[in-house]
Amino acid sequence: MDCYTANWNPLGDSAFYRKYELYSMDWDLKEELRDCLVAAAPYGGPIALLRNPWRKEKAASVRPVLDIYSASGMPLASLLWKSGPVVSLGWSAEEELLCVQEDGAVLVYGLHGDFRRHFSMGNEVLQNRVLDARIFHTEFGSGVAILTGAHRFTLSANVGDLKLRRMPEVPGLQSAPSCWTALCQDRVAHILLAVGPDLYLLDHAACSAVTPPGLAPGVSSFLQMAVSFTYRHLALFTDTGYIWMGTASLKEKLCEFNCNIRAPPKQMVWCSRPRSKERAVVVAWERRLMVVGDASESIQYKQLTIQVLLDRLVLRRLYPLAIQICEYLRLPEVQGVSRILAHWACYKVQQKDVSDEDVARAINQKLGDTPGVSYSDIAARAYGCGRTELAIKLLEYEPRSGEQVPLLLKMKRSKLALSKAIESGDTDLVFTVLLHLKNELNRGDFFMTLRNQPMALSLYRQFCKHQELETLKDLYNQDDNHQELGSFHIRASYAAEERIEGRVAALQTAADAFYKAKNEFAAKATEDQMRLLRLQRRLEDELGGQFLDLSLHDTVTTLILGGHNKRAEQLARDFRIPDKRLWWLKLTALADLEDWEELEKFSKSKKSPIGYLPFVEICMKQHNKYEAKKYASRVGPEQKVKALLLVGDVAQAADVAIEHRNEAELSLVLSHCTGATDGATADKIQRARAQAQKK
Amino acid sequence: MAAHLSYGRVNLNVLREAVRRELREFLDKCAGSKAIVWDEYLTGPFGLIAQYSLLKEHEVEKMFTLKGNRLPAADVKNIIFFVRPRLELMDIIAENVLSEDRRGPTRDFHILFVPRRSLLCEQRLKDLGVLGSFIHREEYSLDLIPFDGDLLSMESEGAFKECYLEGDQTSLYHAAKGLMTLQALYGTIPQIFGKGECSRQVANMMIRMKREFTGSQNSIFPVFDNLLLLDRNVDLLTPLATQLTYEGLIDEIYGIQNSYVKLPPEKFAPKKQGDGGKDLPTEAKKLQLNSAEELYAEIRDKNFNAVGSVLSKKAKIISAAFEERHNAKTVGEIKQFVSQLPHMQAARGSLANHTSIAELIKDVTNRVLLLLPRLECNGTISAHCNLCLPGSSDSPASASCVAASEDFFDKLTVEQEFMSGIDTDKVNNYIEDCIAQKHSLIKVLRLVCLQSVCNSGLKQKVLDYYKREILQTYGYEHILTLHNLEKAGLLKPQTGGRNNYPTIRKTLRLWMDDVNEQNPTDISYVYSGYAPLSVRLAQLLSRPGWRSIEEVLRILPGPHFEERQPLPTGLQKKRQPGENRVTLIFFLGGVTFAEIAALRFLSQLEDGGTEYVIATTKLMNGTSWIEALMEKPF
Repeated sequence: MDCYTANWNPLGDSAFYRKYELYSMDWDLKEELRDCLVAAAPYGGPIALLRNPWRKEKAASVRPVLDIYSASGMPLASLLWKSGPVVSLGWSAEEELLCVQEDGAVLVYGLHGDFRRHFSMGNEVLQNRVLDARIFHTEFGSGVAILTGAHRFTLSANVGDLKLRRMPEVPGLQSAPSCWTALCQDRVAHILLAVGPDLYLLDHAACSAVTPPGLAPGVSSFLQMAVSFTYRHLALFTDTGYIWMGTASLKEKLCEFNCNIRAPPKQMVWCSRPRSKERAVVVAWERRLMVVGDASESIQYKQLTIQVLLDRLVLRRLYPLAIQICEYLRLPEVQGVSRILAHWACYKVQQKDVSDEDVARAINQKLGDTPGVSYSDIAARAYGCGRTELAIKLLEYEPRSGEQVPLLLKMKRSKLALSKAIESGDTDLVFTVLLHLKNELNRGDFFMTLRNQPMALSLYRQFCKHQELETLKDLYNQDDNHQELGSFHIRASYAAEERIEGRVAALQTAADAFYKAKNEFAAKATEDQMRLLRLQRRLEDELGGQFLDLSLHDTVTTLILGGHNKRAEQLARDFRIPDKRLWWLKLTALADLEDWEELEKFSKSKKSPIGYLPFVEICMKQHNKYEAKKYASRVGPEQKVKALLLVGDVAQAADVAIEHRNEAELSLVLSHCTGATDGATADKIQRARAQAQKK
Repeated sequence: MAAHLSYGRVNLNVLREAVRRELREFLDKCAGSKAIVWDEYLTGPFGLIAQYSLLKEHEVEKMFTLKGNRLPAADVKNIIFFVRPRLELMDIIAENVLSEDRRGPTRDFHILFVPRRSLLCEQRLKDLGVLGSFIHREEYSLDLIPFDGDLLSMESEGAFKECYLEGDQTSLYHAAKGLMTLQALYGTIPQIFGKGECSRQVANMMIRMKREFTGSQNSIFPVFDNLLLLDRNVDLLTPLATQLTYEGLIDEIYGIQNSYVKLPPEKFAPKKQGDGGKDLPTEAKKLQLNSAEELYAEIRDKNFNAVGSVLSKKAKIISAAFEERHNAKTVGEIKQFVSQLPHMQAARGSLANHTSIAELIKDVTNRVLLLLPRLECNGTISAHCNLCLPGSSDSPASASCVAASEDFFDKLTVEQEFMSGIDTDKVNNYIEDCIAQKHSLIKVLRLVCLQSVCNSGLKQKVLDYYKREILQTYGYEHILTLHNLEKAGLLKPQTGGRNNYPTIRKTLRLWMDDVNEQNPTDISYVYSGYAPLSVRLAQLLSRPGWRSIEEVLRILPGPHFEERQPLPTGLQKKRQPGENRVTLIFFLGGVTFAEIAALRFLSQLEDGGTEYVIATTKLMNGTSWIEALMEKPF
């Protein structure tokens, strides 16, 4: 047996290290790694190499080659790079390879070299080109940070939900920073950069100068910086060969070390083993490797969860193994088997040699109604592979309309999308499809489609009512909905037209529509309105004052108040105002004028069709008891008690009520008997009541 | 703070806590200081979920109302728009964001859509070039807001108009979503009943949504036994009648908004001798009305005629309680008295408030409800408690007050005549007079619609006469409003010359002659004679079942139906003997306080067998209902 300590070497005074080979790489690399862009995914994930990344010599024959290997060097994919020059490579947390091009475009590949999608880092980046780029990981996902030729930073903290942030300018920055890194603190992505002896922290709002605590003096430039994987720690390498290690918040120093090597290191990374108390920074030069560390506190990371492990297996297409693990661990279906089956289905749809029918059936057979399986995701993948028909078949299995509809729209199956949206009852979804259809179809076809879908039609009408009035009119016209057209023109007469002629014209159109709708009442009423409008205009011209838009009733009132009784009479006759209402109207107007003489004359002009109680009421409203009493005597027996009470003659009211032998009237009078003054009256009523009861 | 929500048969505080949690989670997503820009309509309903203190705890430092142009200056990191998904609001938001961008250092913008995210709105934001400016765009599914221990409302003002006039089912979709949320918290509801077109659709959506969520099996023991969905247009009559419960009258006269009422301040002024009422407060008195207030919980659902006696009884009890201090001799007794003081003082304050409100109502209804007992002025109480309950004899009613009450009486008489089927087929004198005196148009419309509904439509001649009178008196522009009422079925010509109302009235016993307002034995007490049709349907469903009224159900609009949602065997309920069922009754298109009172009355019946939790799209009354249907073209 070998001595356990045989292959351990001392490191400093109290630590030892050993070197042994875990496994050897299977790859057969011909190039020097230094000539390649290299990116290794975390957690022993795949490694990407871009050979000949666009050398200056522009030899078209030497196209770059992108190779992807497993962590142990097994080749996974190899493809010729046909796009633009690549500045940086990096793996996302989902093991997607992000290739940042010089023009700011980012191409995304799967680990089998399958192209997934691309996105742009924005116009500013496109104009100023990419000088440098970093892929970084946050709790939201993976981010991309770009340094442009104009020395500005742009970043997106999550490429899965792309939101570009242009960081503020660094004052006085004329050339590229000597080193920089992206870091994530308090769930916000920052940029830390070094310019000469200064460090700056950029967030999306401000650029602030920062100083690491306990930094040795004499630094005129920072050559390298490194943040730990969790963004807790930061290491800085200065031009004096000095290494500062501390927290990334720059609040605390952990340790420092002077290595006396002033050459800029090629690479500097944090390194720590799981369950280890030691954190160390590894610094690499051309021919030298240095480990700097401290051993103070324990931090334990357990990043690779079972979910991530399953994802990794799925990505490597080891479905049966993944399912066995799920079953062994008894994971809930939604997190376990369903998800893996869904991934399997996504892979299945890519098998081009199998017919749509067969693929759809196979998938449904295996997946059935398994909870948590998203048929729309699978359909989206099928569509992505150009298999639209298969996608539609798969979507039929999707119970959630909210998921069906957007994909159907993307596949240009808008009419199918419309009926699915209507089925769901989700009006927002229906609207969305409608607006799509509106852009996609010509007007005639669009209207035709609506005609067959009453629910969609009503919704679209609502939309038009607020957004496109003219279209609303066309819709009514198409349906020969003359009633609504009439209302439409009534509204238009108020909304659009200032001039009286315009208003009358709009009303005429409305009246015509009402006739067509066989709504004679509305048509006649609208014609009356036109007549009134013209008349009001004439009154304004002849008498001055405001008449337009008063109601007929108010127009007559205004005329009486202005002393134009003849005209008022004429108007009432022309429009056939019923006698009763006309009496109320005149009565109210004359009382408002306090023209008591005229009121009395009016009351005697003929027998009042509304009786005389209203005269009493209105006089009392104007606080004229004297006038009120005149009319109280003329009030008919039925309302006599009410009238007498109104003018305050409780005693007489009591007499009348007693005479009427009406219990309700008696109570009414009694309730008006207040305090001492009406004591006698109250007694009288009580006596009458008692008598009535005896009988 | 919201303890009253948990007193009912179903603890609705669970729902409130759930929505509060969701709100907190969203606020925390937007790290740092924040300003909220409010869609003004939302502030009322939000007040029932979260006070400002909760927002403040989550770093909300400023609040603004959503308006065009620039946002007011605020030194915050996040600006969050709380809005309903409406296009016109998106335009305003875009204006805000664009002018903010010009202002310089950018802040983080977020949108919280209430109750649902909208692709349509996001598309509009995209078209306006601001969609990318928002970091978080999320939805806050505040569909059903707990108003009281047995009451939920969506407070969606336009729901009735949208559903029944415009064919827009958005609010039905929200209702279905709200019901799904309830089921997630309170278990699957095993039986669904319904009557009406909209009810049918909501039930369909629920069943569909359930299928969408097959993955997450609901393993909560069901709290509700039944769901009853009712279309408002099945019962157009009830809201048109004047509510005669205490709460109903407060709502009819002053309007209750999000459980608050604003009252004229005069009656609430502290009464001091010789003050002569010089410093009367001018600002309206704002009171919250819910069951958290013991006295209010007791009287809210009583017929107003039965409120006076309760108030005088309470006054005596409180005054007696205060008298107790004279009997407190030992230190222990005094201590005990003092410990009860806060509760007694609260009770006294509450009594004073409701006495004032009752007086305000009486000014309007006085001499009508002749049975209203005088609020006795108890000398002892006013001496000790500075609480005054003046009888009407102390305050001679002004002329206008008399007129108001006379008119209230006349109106009520006409309403009751219509509802009991008297003279519904000819032009009514009182309505004619109301028009001639230009009484409020809404009042006139309520009456005309009531007559129309109680006659299964008016004779063409009568209808045209009313319409012509209205147009001539109030202006021709109201032709649009009249069209809306006709579309909603509130106003219509009688077709086929057949009046179905008497059949409905008799079968459902909608008119009860012998009503006991003090100690009611039937729901008809809430309208002093008329039993709300909607509530009668609920009552008959519970016992003996709708099969007994098939004929009437066929006359009423829309299908009636029953659906079962199967439960896993472990969750099936075994009812204890004597244990009541719990029915969730959902009014699509609005519900009145009188209907709620009637349902609470049924819940409290000893042998009723069913307790109700009430949900609705909107708490409303005849006035707010008609108002929402009116159209003003200028």
